[in-house]
Amino acid sequence: MTAETGTSERPAASDESLLPELVAYLRENRTGLREQWVERITAAGLLTAMTPDEIFSEVTAVYDNYVAALETGSVETLQAYARDLSERIIPRGVDTDEVLGIVLLLRDILARSLFVHYQDNPELLHRILDAYEPAANRIAVTVGVSFVEERERVIREQQDAIRELSTPVLQVRDRLVVLPIIGMLDSQRARQLTEQLLGAIQANRARVVVLDITGVATIDRTVANHLVQAVEAARLMGASAIITGISSKIAQTLVDLGVDLEQMRTVGDLQGGLEEAERLLGYRGEAAATDQRT
Amino acid sequence: MPDEVRVEITRDEDMLPARAQGRALALELGFSRTDATLIATAISEIARNIIVHVGKGEITMQPVQEESRYGLVVTATDSGPGIADLDAALEHGYASRGGLGLGLPGARRLMDDFDVQSERGTGTTITMTKWRVRDELELLRERRRLLDEKHHGKHRSDGAGP
Amino acid sequence: MSVAILRQGDALIAAIQSDLTDAQVLALRDDLSERVGRHRLHAVIVDVSALDVIDSFVARSLRSMAITTRLRGAETLVVGIQPDVAIAMAHFDLNLKPLRTAKDLDEALVLLGERVEEDGGAG
Repeated sequence: MTAETGTSERPAASDESLLPELVAYLRENRTGLREQWVERITAAGLLTAMTPDEIFSEVTAVYDNYVAALETGSVETLQAYARDLSERIIPRGVDTDEVLGIVLLLRDILARSLFVHYQDNPELLHRILDAYEPAANRIAVTVGVSFVEERERVIREQQDAIRELSTPVLQVRDRLVVLPIIGMLDSQRARQLTEQLLGAIQANRARVVVLDITGVATIDRTVANHLVQAVEAARLMGASAIITGISSKIAQTLVDLGVDLEQMRTVGDLQGGLEEAERLLGYRGEAAATDQRT
Repeated sequence: MPDEVRVEITRDEDMLPARAQGRALALELGFSRTDATLIATAISEIARNIIVHVGKGEITMQPVQEESRYGLVVTATDSGPGIADLDAALEHGYASRGGLGLGLPGARRLMDDFDVQSERGTGTTITMTKWRVRDELELLRERRRLLDEKHHGKHRSDGAGP
Repeated sequence: MSVAILRQGDALIAAIQSDLTDAQVLALRDDLSERVGRHRLHAVIVDVSALDVIDSFVARSLRSMAITTRLRGAETLVVGIQPDVAIAMAHFDLNLKPLRTAKDLDEALVLLGERVEEDGGAG
């Protein structure tokens, strides 16, 4: 390459000025290097979740972004691409080790290629690598971290979804909302429950909320307090809360804790609670004629 | 970690900025809207306590960070006559002058930790804290952010890039 | 200013628009009480949706207002308590039962129209 002789005649350039040369070299040899990369990826058994076409198209994009990042020194575009790529491949089951694996493979391929290309000029090779290595490492870290962050975002979303699902809010009638609670009711869940209950009042314009705790075996003092506060807070927002399904064990706990049960509307079972709610809302009585429930 | 916030309490109106700053600081620390409101309300209670019973005092809000949790420590200090009957004040609140507010018991219910030091003739210091647990993901991100900062700093001095 | 007060039939609607100092709270309470007496009103609706803090003092003041206006023949309804404010108020363990509440102004007017004595804010 003529560029080689050109550079050896220049005065000692800083590493930075070698980057354009490096970048130009990588661009010129793009096709060949990319093919090598795909071969190595397949040989290493990576990205098995993707088709050869998909691998090719992603590999092209990663390569180009990689080189652009080397050229500009800015990883922002690369980050955006990496996050976007992660969003697409995570649901396909591609894992962190694969993503890191392919990025490191590319780094190695490019490094080897540089070795070969500049082997006749060890001093220049040395300086080219000095320019290349830190940039390449930074790129590898960026891609890896972007992938992991995307995974974490997905995990967070899933956690939120699970949390919401664990206490569904059912709008059963106009102004009437039911919150069936199943499983262990701990302090954190109770706090979350309160917020969900009030949110339901806000969003659904509920006037009566039925909190069914048939599925809850026991509660402690803190949770009992949260329940009492939830009922009071609901009232302050203009809604009545009815608690149904209190087991005898929980009833005993409430009595022992000195909770003023007179202040709470409680009904034995959910069915009864719904009937009470409908009465409160004026659905029963005059509405009896159109009421199709037994 | 945001800085400590200090508010002087000398009149009725000072309660409002004290609450607002408490809320803002809580939100900055990642507390939920609900917790931020609880904190602001507790600040309101103790600020009123100062105005009504002493006339002048100071409230500081200090963020703290522990291994597994963040906290907001709110301290109210005054150089007033001290609380005569601390037990009663903690139980029922001050029933005397301007007695509509609940004061101490109100604030205590709203916060997680609550402590009162009061000496006749010297003054009173109320220290109350609300905690927020840092979950796994948050801790991981924090660790990574610190590593990233180290990494970036290194590269900037290397001069990698144009 | 801080509170907008308007008349709707024989009801008074007081919309609090910003945080109030203790002095302003007491002044509002007294003002509303006076108007109820003067105009022989039957209802007072206090809209607190703009308040992001209602502490024990304000809560008690609202309650005392509810009690005194009832003595003068009017119902007081507090509307628009925000969810997180409601949670904070629930911590006080004050008996706020004398304070009737509704979610918003529309609800309040319906309730007053119905004159239904249910727990959605019963006294």
